[in-house]
Amino acid sequence: MPETVPADSVGLVSPTLLHIDLPLLLDCGRTLPSYDLIYETYGELNNAASNAVLICHALSGDHHAAGFHDADDKKPGWWDSAIGPGKAIDTNKFFVVCLNNLGGCKGSTGPTSINPETGKHYGPDFPIITVADWVRSQAVLADDLHVQQWAAVVGGSLGAMQAMQWAISLPERVRNVLIIAAAPKLSAQNIAFNEVARTAIKSDPNFHDGYYAEYNTLPRQGLGLARMLGHITYLSDEAMGEKFGRELRNGTINYGYDVEFQIESYLQYQSSSFVERFDANTYLLMTKALDYFDPAKAFNDDLAATMANIQARSLVISFTSDWRFSPARSQEIVDALLSAGKNVTYAEIEAHQGHDAFLMPIPRYMEIVKTYMQQIVTGFTS
Amino acid sequence: MSLRIDLQIISDWIPDGARVLDLGCDNGILLKHLQQRGITGYGLEIDNSKFAACIAAGVNVIQADLDQGLPQFADQSFDFVILSQTLQAINHPDFLLDEIVRVGKQAIIGFPNFGHWQCRWQLAIGGRMPVSKTLPNAWFDTPNIHLCTIQDFEKICVSKHIDIQHRSIVNHAHKDTLGTKLLPNLFGQTALYQLNKSS
Repeated sequence: MPETVPADSVGLVSPTLLHIDLPLLLDCGRTLPSYDLIYETYGELNNAASNAVLICHALSGDHHAAGFHDADDKKPGWWDSAIGPGKAIDTNKFFVVCLNNLGGCKGSTGPTSINPETGKHYGPDFPIITVADWVRSQAVLADDLHVQQWAAVVGGSLGAMQAMQWAISLPERVRNVLIIAAAPKLSAQNIAFNEVARTAIKSDPNFHDGYYAEYNTLPRQGLGLARMLGHITYLSDEAMGEKFGRELRNGTINYGYDVEFQIESYLQYQSSSFVERFDANTYLLMTKALDYFDPAKAFNDDLAATMANIQARSLVISFTSDWRFSPARSQEIVDALLSAGKNVTYAEIEAHQGHDAFLMPIPRYMEIVKTYMQQIVTGFTS
Repeated sequence: MSLRIDLQIISDWIPDGARVLDLGCDNGILLKHLQQRGITGYGLEIDNSKFAACIAAGVNVIQADLDQGLPQFADQSFDFVILSQTLQAINHPDFLLDEIVRVGKQAIIGFPNFGHWQCRWQLAIGGRMPVSKTLPNAWFDTPNIHLCTIQDFEKICVSKHIDIQHRSIVNHAHKDTLGTKLLPNLFGQTALYQLNKSS
């Protein structure tokens, strides 16, 4: 953290743990009798409870979206560039909520939690959670916060899928959705990348069928490989080329198999830092939630019919160099909303950062989000 | 908020409750005005700053390139498709015209008339490419690449079996005068048409 808190930062924040004793029936057929959700809030809820914004995180995100946990933190929350006083999602105006999703590994109930029935870690026995399950659990959190209707539900990537699901499942509880760098469902290629990641994790000798905690070990190599692969798909060829090119770590090649190119070193670093902060079973669960997401399936694959009950206004944003969820995938969502006659605005942002662009403070992107959020403000009474 | 007069004429032609698509919707002012009358729909805009202005105005805006046509919209899916002061900047205006009457039950098209006497005078006597209030750019930096006259436009409508429902020809003050009535192609600076495809 900088020595003084910047004026546009939410500053020091601390999470809240909500214990929920209501059973949650899941899409997989199993029930979680009770569970915890960890979340953070920034800004104040107004008297009419009409200025609440839910931020949904992506695959490896968590509840810490903005600000610092303590003065020694090197980095702020994962979307600090967009959330804060005067920022695109202005905490002077909005009450911003971000939680760690169920099945996560940062404080909400998930594979690393203790299963009350066995007294051991859930591990691979934790039920697979779907995007629709997340929305159900997030609605319980909304109830607890006395938020009947979100001013906006905002997400990028897997987070955008939750935003979309909110508008579909609970149409009367969302006034706006921001669907950023999304797809209406994964393509075969998307699922293929996830399967390679899962295979890397499951084939690690330390994986022990997911019971690695009982062996006091971690499938570091497998999870690291999964992260390396994921990272390649989040960046564009251009962004990687610009950042690393063919630069060598020591300026010369050694005709050996050690790390020589800067990109190799970068991937190794990403991989080793990730395995210390993320759980392999959660990673498997998150990739499955992605694979299973297909809201149109229940509507004979008719996405426009799926959107028919949506009441929210939608802002859909894509990025030119995103090849994981390309602009054409966002266009599918937009076309369905148009054909269902819904209120929708669509912007394709010129950006070279690939899928990761949704986390970057790209000026035009931030201007659009900020302008959109500002005109939401005129729609609520305090 | 008062509308530019050509936009006011367009607005007058659209009944309350209609569903509209505004191509090249600029800063969203027409859509915003129509919204207040219960007229819903979308704007299409490619320019970044105009796009942001539309969001600020609270109108639905889709970033799209009109040169690609309107592939995302079904046949006859809008009551009105509006193209105001944009036709002359399109790469393939004939193709877009087809698209407009495909998607809209009615089309409203407004364009600067290149047959106006001042244009003719500047070219015939002055020997220079015309520059006017409605066409302010010099030849080398103009977005207006497909200028036409009132006669040209009506001719292409006939050839495409597009019927003219209403026509409003106005001068630079966007008023109709005796001149614009008698010799519209000579005295009219802005032409506005309501059209539909012959059934």
